[in-house]
Amino acid sequence: MLLLLQYTLIFASVLLLVALGGCFSEHSGVINLGLEGIMVIGALGGALMMRYLPGTLPALPLILCVLLGAIALGVAYSALLGVACINFKADQTIVGTALNLLGVAAATVFVKAINTKANPDDVSSTIQYVEAKKKFLVSIGSFEFNWFMLIALVMLAVAWVVLYKTRFGLRLMACGEHPQAADSVGVNVLRMRWAGVLISGVYGGLGGICYILAGVSEWKFENGVAGFGFLALAVMIFGQWKPTRIALAALLFGAFRALSNVYFGFPFLMALNIPGSVYNMLPYIISLVVLAFTSKNSRAPKAEGIPYDKGQR
Amino acid sequence: MKEKKNLFKSNAVQSLIASLLCIVLGLLLGYIVLLFINPAGAGEAIMAVVKNFWTYSKQTAQIKNFGNTLVKTAPLLMCALSVLFAYKVGLFNIGAAGQYVVGSCACLYAALAWHWSWLPCMLLAILAGAVYGALVGLLKAYCNVNEVISGIMLNWIGLYAANMLLANVKEATSPYTMHLTGAASAAILPSLGMEKLFSGNKYVTIAIPLSIVIAVVILIVLDKTKLGYELRATGNNKNAAKYAGMAEKRNIILTLVIAGALAALGGAFLYLTNYEQWSVTQSSVPGMGFNGIAAAFLGGLNPIGTIFASYFIQHITVGGAYVDKTMYSSQISDLISSLIIYLCGFTLFIKYAVNTGIARREEKARQKTPQASGEEGGDK
Repeated sequence: MLLLLQYTLIFASVLLLVALGGCFSEHSGVINLGLEGIMVIGALGGALMMRYLPGTLPALPLILCVLLGAIALGVAYSALLGVACINFKADQTIVGTALNLLGVAAATVFVKAINTKANPDDVSSTIQYVEAKKKFLVSIGSFEFNWFMLIALVMLAVAWVVLYKTRFGLRLMACGEHPQAADSVGVNVLRMRWAGVLISGVYGGLGGICYILAGVSEWKFENGVAGFGFLALAVMIFGQWKPTRIALAALLFGAFRALSNVYFGFPFLMALNIPGSVYNMLPYIISLVVLAFTSKNSRAPKAEGIPYDKGQR
Repeated sequence: MKEKKNLFKSNAVQSLIASLLCIVLGLLLGYIVLLFINPAGAGEAIMAVVKNFWTYSKQTAQIKNFGNTLVKTAPLLMCALSVLFAYKVGLFNIGAAGQYVVGSCACLYAALAWHWSWLPCMLLAILAGAVYGALVGLLKAYCNVNEVISGIMLNWIGLYAANMLLANVKEATSPYTMHLTGAASAAILPSLGMEKLFSGNKYVTIAIPLSIVIAVVILIVLDKTKLGYELRATGNNKNAAKYAGMAEKRNIILTLVIAGALAALGGAFLYLTNYEQWSVTQSSVPGMGFNGIAAAFLGGLNPIGTIFASYFIQHITVGGAYVDKTMYSSQISDLISSLIIYLCGFTLFIKYAVNTGIARREEKARQKTPQASGEEGGDK
């Protein structure tokens, strides 16, 4: 049971972080379908830090460096979305999809190149971080507390305050609802949208490194992040683009995702004799069902997905 | 001068320019990435990707491997047509990957478990894909679920389901499904003597000409029929189509049924040639459907253009296998094709730039009529 709670919390942290990223981007008016790619590249940034930093480094600086690495690459990568969708008015769906594919391909190519350089026989796309991973964990009894749970909580608070309590956040949301109106009162719409996209890069990068640290102690970059970026978007829609509701939605989805890791620990679930693949499918099936019921009256930002055109009213 | 202007104004020419620009830039960026990894073999590697089967010196080997590339082009073309067809109706069918998976799964299972012959196997694949596409369509039409998100979810559900089902017909000692031999060999698509054209490449089947025929059919359906007109109208403006008396919900569902069937048929076109076995332990959705997105956009969203674009994408994907593995990985071609999709996002901008360039030039020509042909630079 404790194990289920532990996995639920860690997967919920991933979903929460990424969904908040999507939330910032969509409130500014840009649909960020590239979150999955941003996660992969962010994870790459963190994993490279863990690989190259000396293992003797104490926990705190190591954690900070890993987070910074993930954030830096996540933000840099999200800029690709910004350039295409904000400045060049490209189709946000195409560019987002391209970023997802590019993220996995680029990460695989780089990691393989690094691995083969270190050892010519090693053609895998795996980065190991057994030692570094331990520094993210604090055991409380048999419960393994992961620092990411706290980070996710802090980032949730930050998101809530920024969106609802600051001038910046309210302006950002105005750009997603009615950019022309925002522009007419002197808000720079393009700059706000850039801010939204870059912030989603911060959150997406953090979510990515959190994802690969949640499970095992090595990661094969060829696998990407298994649709988590899109699960996070489902979480965001279910949470109606509101940070607190997103947090609750993330917990729900996290629980279903965690089941596939720990279902064999429950005698009654084992007795049902359901194949493991079904548990793997579960989060995706649940999200489809949930989306079917919640998308009808969605409270999506009104102007999301539409490139800002000054001449339009 | 006058002729040239008209040439650049035509939409088809602009699409062609944009696509070629995407290819050149994509390859260039890929080359830069290679330089960054290891400057020593970058030129050679990018040439390997571009050359693909031309790396073989013997002509028979070249033709045989050209056949292999074509074998994998047919399914890619089907996925690309699936994406294209849905996009014309304003839907982004990223679920093509999942529809391709269920199609592959259905035909392989029918062939290996029930020993069906190729035609019923193919029809079952089409049916499976159509149902799978319909799911996305129903969710979109009645529940307003974004088709991209539901498509991705169904991709993963399809992958796990296929792995689960096909585990029943896999080889005892490997994670791969059995070969289509013995009783299951009836499921192999007929070659109709085409293998002789490709130095005895027995994987070359009717799938290849069939996929091209289907591309032409799609072109005709979209451009010349009432159905195509209605579907495109729905894509342009759902509410206007509804106002004009078109069943916009039915159109959305029908579109995804057709798109699903196309992608699933792609799965049948690959797996019923016995060219490849399905690995039941694969943990990521096959890239065919995603490459289909690249091919559809690179082809300028025109079925005929998509034929060539599919070939090109498959050509470099297969070519990626020939790079020097001690320095680079074969995923470099995935990198290039995803860069190409990214650049395709700029197509509209490129067209816009060409159009404003033309407009500016015309303006200038009108102002100073005598020396109009002077300025050439910076317009494209």
